[in-house]
This record gives sequence, C-alpha cells and structure tokens, in this order.
Amino acid sequence: MLESLEFIVRILPVLFQGLLITIQLTLGGIFLAIVMSFAAGLGKLSKFFPLRWLCIAYIEVFRGTSALVQLFWFYYVLPFLGMDITAFQAGVIVLGLNAGSYGAEVVRGAIQSVPKGQYEAAIALNFTPLQRLWRIIIPQAVVSMIPPMGTIFIELLKNTALAALVTLGELTFVARQIRDDTLRTTEVFGTILIIYFAVALCITAVMRTGEWWFSRGLDRGGIR
Amino acid sequence: MSDSTEKPPIIRFQGLEKAFGDLKVLQGIDIDIPEGQCVSIIGPSGSGKSTLLRVLMTLEEPTGGRVEVEGESLYTMKRNGEEVPASRAHISRIRRKICMVFQHFNLFPHMKVIRNVTEAPIHVLGLSKREARERAESYLEMVGLSDKLNAYPAQLSGGQKQRVAIARALAMRPKIMLFDEITSALDPELVGGVLDLLREIKESGDMTMLIVTHEMKFARDSSDRVLFFDEGVIREDSDPKRIFTNPEHDRTRQFLDTILSEQA
Amino acid sequence: MEWQWDWALVGHILPELARAFRVTIAATVFGFSLALVGGLLLTILRRSRWKIISWPAHFTVEFIRSTPLLVQLFFIYFVLPIQLPDFGGMFTSAFVTGVLALGLHYSSYTSEVYRAGIDGVPKGQWEAAAALNMSRGRTWTSVVLPQAIPPVLPALGNYLIAMFKDTPLLYAISVAEVLTAAYQIGSQRFQYVEAFTIVGALFLIVSLISAWLIRRMERWTALPAQ
Repeated sequence: MLESLEFIVRILPVLFQGLLITIQLTLGGIFLAIVMSFAAGLGKLSKFFPLRWLCIAYIEVFRGTSALVQLFWFYYVLPFLGMDITAFQAGVIVLGLNAGSYGAEVVRGAIQSVPKGQYEAAIALNFTPLQRLWRIIIPQAVVSMIPPMGTIFIELLKNTALAALVTLGELTFVARQIRDDTLRTTEVFGTILIIYFAVALCITAVMRTGEWWFSRGLDRGGIR
Repeated sequence: MSDSTEKPPIIRFQGLEKAFGDLKVLQGIDIDIPEGQCVSIIGPSGSGKSTLLRVLMTLEEPTGGRVEVEGESLYTMKRNGEEVPASRAHISRIRRKICMVFQHFNLFPHMKVIRNVTEAPIHVLGLSKREARERAESYLEMVGLSDKLNAYPAQLSGGQKQRVAIARALAMRPKIMLFDEITSALDPELVGGVLDLLREIKESGDMTMLIVTHEMKFARDSSDRVLFFDEGVIREDSDPKRIFTNPEHDRTRQFLDTILSEQA
Repeated sequence: MEWQWDWALVGHILPELARAFRVTIAATVFGFSLALVGGLLLTILRRSRWKIISWPAHFTVEFIRSTPLLVQLFFIYFVLPIQLPDFGGMFTSAFVTGVLALGLHYSSYTSEVYRAGIDGVPKGQWEAAAALNMSRGRTWTSVVLPQAIPPVLPALGNYLIAMFKDTPLLYAISVAEVLTAAYQIGSQRFQYVEAFTIVGALFLIVSLISAWLIRRMERWTALPAQ
C-alpha cells in the first residue's frame, strides 16, 4: 500500500505534464464549443433558409457521427486534402465542433423558451433585432443554458482522452506510456481517473457559480 | 388628400383587416384619431380590440387595409413613385412615435427597475447615461416608485410592476401610447391606483392615448371618446357620456348591461 | 498533391467495412443489454434505505459518468486478466472486455434515466398500492415500473445511440470493429479518405434513422395526463 503511494507520488510530475495538455484541450474545446453553439443555435432560428439549412446540416452531421471517427477524419484525412493539422489542433477542433453541435440545440431551446412578451416589449421600445437578442433575450436565456452546457462540457472533458489515440501526449497518453513501462495498471489508471473526476468537479463548480451569477434577481417561479 | 390647412389625424386606420387563418379578427376598421385624444376601446373579449393596438405597434401584420401615423403609411412606403412594402428602417422610424404598455407588464426580469427604464432611452434614443437616468428617476417618481430603483421586477407587486412598465414607456416620450388591458392582471385593490396614474398622464400632457379596458367607469369619466368593438368592427364611436346613457345599438346596450351589473 | 475520390476503391472496401460493422452492432447490442441491467441494479442500490449502500452507489454513478470511457476501457482491459481468475480465457477476449466497459459506463446513464422515471410516478400511486395491501415486489412490478418505464423509453433510446457512437473506442484495444477495419485499410493502402468517410457516413445514417424512430416513439409513449 505504502509502496503504491510512493509510486504514485513519483509519477505525479509526469502525469501533471499530460494534465496540462488535457486542460488546454478542454479550455480550447469549450471556447470553440460556445462559439459554435451560439452560431448554429441562432442560425437554426434564422428566417434565411440557406443559413438555417447549413446549421441543421452541421448539427446533424456532428451529432450523428462518433467523436472518435470525427477525430480520425480530421487527423488522417485532412492532410490528403491539402491541410496539415497537428494532433492538438485536430483535438481542439473536433472537441469544439462536436460539443457545439449538442450545445446548438441547448441554445436554440433556451432562446425559444423566453416568453413571447419579452420580444413584444422589446419591439414596443423599438430595439433593433440585434439589440433585442443581445440585451433582452440572450441574458434571460443564458440561465437555462448553463446546467445542460455543464453536462456537455463534462462530456467534452471525457472526450479529450480520445486525443491519446492520435498520439497527442495528454493525460491518458502519458498514463498509458507509464503503464506500459511499469505494468502497474491499477495505480496509474486509478490515479488519472481520480484526476479526471477532480477536473469534472471543477467544471461543475464553475457552472454552478455562473448559474448563480446570471440568475441574480430572477425569480424563476413567477417569471414574466 | 387631406385638407392642406388641416393637419392629418395622428392615427388613421383605413379598411384595416386582420385574419388568423380563417378567423377574421378585424373586418374593416375605418377611423381617424386626432392628436391628443384619449380614446377608450371597450367590447367583449375576442372582439379585436387588442389586435388593433398590436397592429399599430407592429406586433401583428395586417392582412388588409392601411395604417397611417401623422399622414405616413406604416406598412408601405413610396419608392420611385410606387407603393412598396415598408423597409425595416421605415417601420422603425415611425414606430419610434408609439409605445405600448402590456397586460402582463413584460418587464425585463434580468434588469433592475432603473435599468428597465433607462435601457431603451440609452440604446434606442441615444441618450447619455446621465440624461437617461435623470429622465428615468423623474418618471419613476411620478409613478411613486422612487424607492425601488434597485429592486428586481421579481421583488415587486403586480401593481408596482405595472407602474414600472408605464414609466418605462413614458421615458420613450412617444406621441402615441397604447395601453392593452393594463389592469386586467392586477389584484382588484391595485386597479384604482394604476387608473389614477392613467388620469394623471392624460392631464399632464398632450399624448394621444388608446386604452383597451374593461373598466367602464374609467372609460366614462376619463376619456374623450369611446369605441365599442364587436365581432371585428367598430359598432359605436361616440362621446363617453352618450354611449353610457343612450347607446345607439342594442349590442352596445347588452354589453354594457352585462358588464356594468358585474362591476356594480 | 492532387487527390481524387476513388469510387472503384469504395466498391472494393465496402464489403470489408460492412463485415466489421457487424462487430460494431454486436458490441452495441451486448453492451446496451448489460447497461440496461446494470443501471437497474445501481438504481435499486441507490434507493436503499441504508446510507452505507445508497451513498457508495450514488458516488459510483457520479464517478463513472465524470471520467473518460477510454480510461475505464484500458483499466478493465489491463486489470481484469490479472486480478480475476480467467474463466476459460474469457477476459482476455478484447471484445468481451469492450462490451463490459461499454455496459459499465452506460449503466451510470441508464441508472439516471430509471431514477427519473421512478421519481415521475406520483406519490399517490405508492400510497394506493399500500392501501391495497400490495407487497413491495408487487408494487414495483404491477404499479411503479409499468408507469415509470414507458415515459423514459425515448431517453434510453438516446443513450443507445450514444453508446453506438462510442463503440469505435474499442479500436484502442484492437477489437475488429468498423473503425479498426477502416484504419487498417487506410494504413495498408494509404486510402484514409474513402475509408474514414464511409465509416462516418455509416454512423450518420444509422444515427439519423434511429433518432427519427425515437421521435416517433416519443409520440406514443407519452402517457395520458393524470
């Protein structure tokens, strides 16, 4: 037991290197996912049908195929089409696009759940369509977006491990190497499972704080 | 077409029609409203009263006829001498003269009271933050809510919410104000205060007011003119004294008898 | 480099990919069957009156749900053959390991779904069953579950699709499923584009059809309002 602990402490610095890359992947992916969620979620509500159609195609393709297949496609196929891409870039892009396709539906649903009266009041006060969205509708919709977005971000974190399969030296990849060198599976994978769990808890905590922040003053019961 | 010496009416509806699918809600409304008039619109529910206000506010598009504001068509504009559907900018320019207060207040729940009132003056009218704040404070004082500037709407009673909504609309300084059943969602004991506020607004300025209401006493005592809506048409357009004492139509009489006995 | 889509190649590799796709489907079916049972087990444990049972069960669900399937897969793949007696080489089979990992991971999701379904049964139903002197077992089988399961069938269906889309992870332990086959084709003949694009299309088609079926199912599983 004590010997195991010593072993874990010894490998922690190496695991930490991998964790740094995992965190970069996660943050980069989350950033792209937020951008794509809003772009495609709002685009799907557009009256301009080519834009709407494009957004629906993006959402369906990325929700309908496997994240790992998407990663392999970006990493192995794109160079054939003349685009060179590193494993890290492929990771961030696929994580972001994949999570964004789920997030788009969250954004769309939240925007549509804002009561119609809010749009009407915004028209009566002569706000422009962009002001209506940005000042009135989105700030109210954000509160109901946050919990499902938290779930999506945790799925994104879990998917960062897939980047190990395209040889990116993130946490799972590093752990796999240590395991192959030492054959101490339980300690190595047990440790990184706990690390992933801890990062997931951090994401949950941040999302809770965000939810509290955005819902100040809002009475979710009697919202008008 | 109008006489050159006389100003056109501030609002003119011509053959206005609105249908939702097969349901004809407005079936040819013709009416002129001169500037500064305070008009009460009464009638059974479903008779098209609210729809008329919503068409004027551009919340619903008419399916036929014309709406003019100060002689300018709202839904069409002239381009190369031809009438074409109005652009967004055209509608927005005319809509600036109009504002509306809703039955369910529609306050912005994510903003404090003061920001509810300053948001549009700053971002629509282009006022500076200081000007907007001064203006908002004066209107909130007028509606008796100077002590609630930093409350969120959820912390207010129904009557207080409606006062904020009125202040929010007044702060836009519109020429035309539309009030859509603004006391219907309030507890009975709060109705009187809001109606007093309406009277005060009427006395204090020369705003044109269209008020859809079920408060007959208010319609009779405080408005310049009463329109009785029934089945999508205006059945009676008259002086408030006459319509309540001696209505022309049986339908008007029936409606008034029923509603007055309820409100007695 | 000029590259062109090669239809002749597509015709050539399609049968190979289709064969491997059967492994993908098999892993999905076995894995999800395991998840349906495992989820029920976890749900029962979580509803236990004893905190010493319900709390660890709750923690297990949260832990499995918050950590990567790939790591769990590696864990099971490398640990089971060492720690457990080998039932006739069963746990050295990568396919069995993969199915176990999928089943375990998705048990945490199905358990959440069952819980939502059971919480959706009105308290009055339990009280009525008690008033009729039904045994605990009978209450579950004839009152609670028949009302709890139908409304959550679409949610279970969505997790079935999700698991289907996670089966390519078995590539990591060399199960001969469709992504592994595509990768081999790609690396042997340097034809990644066609191979991976076909795999993507296969997943897309199956997911879209399943999603459409689930939407139809949602219509007739909605119970009439109480």
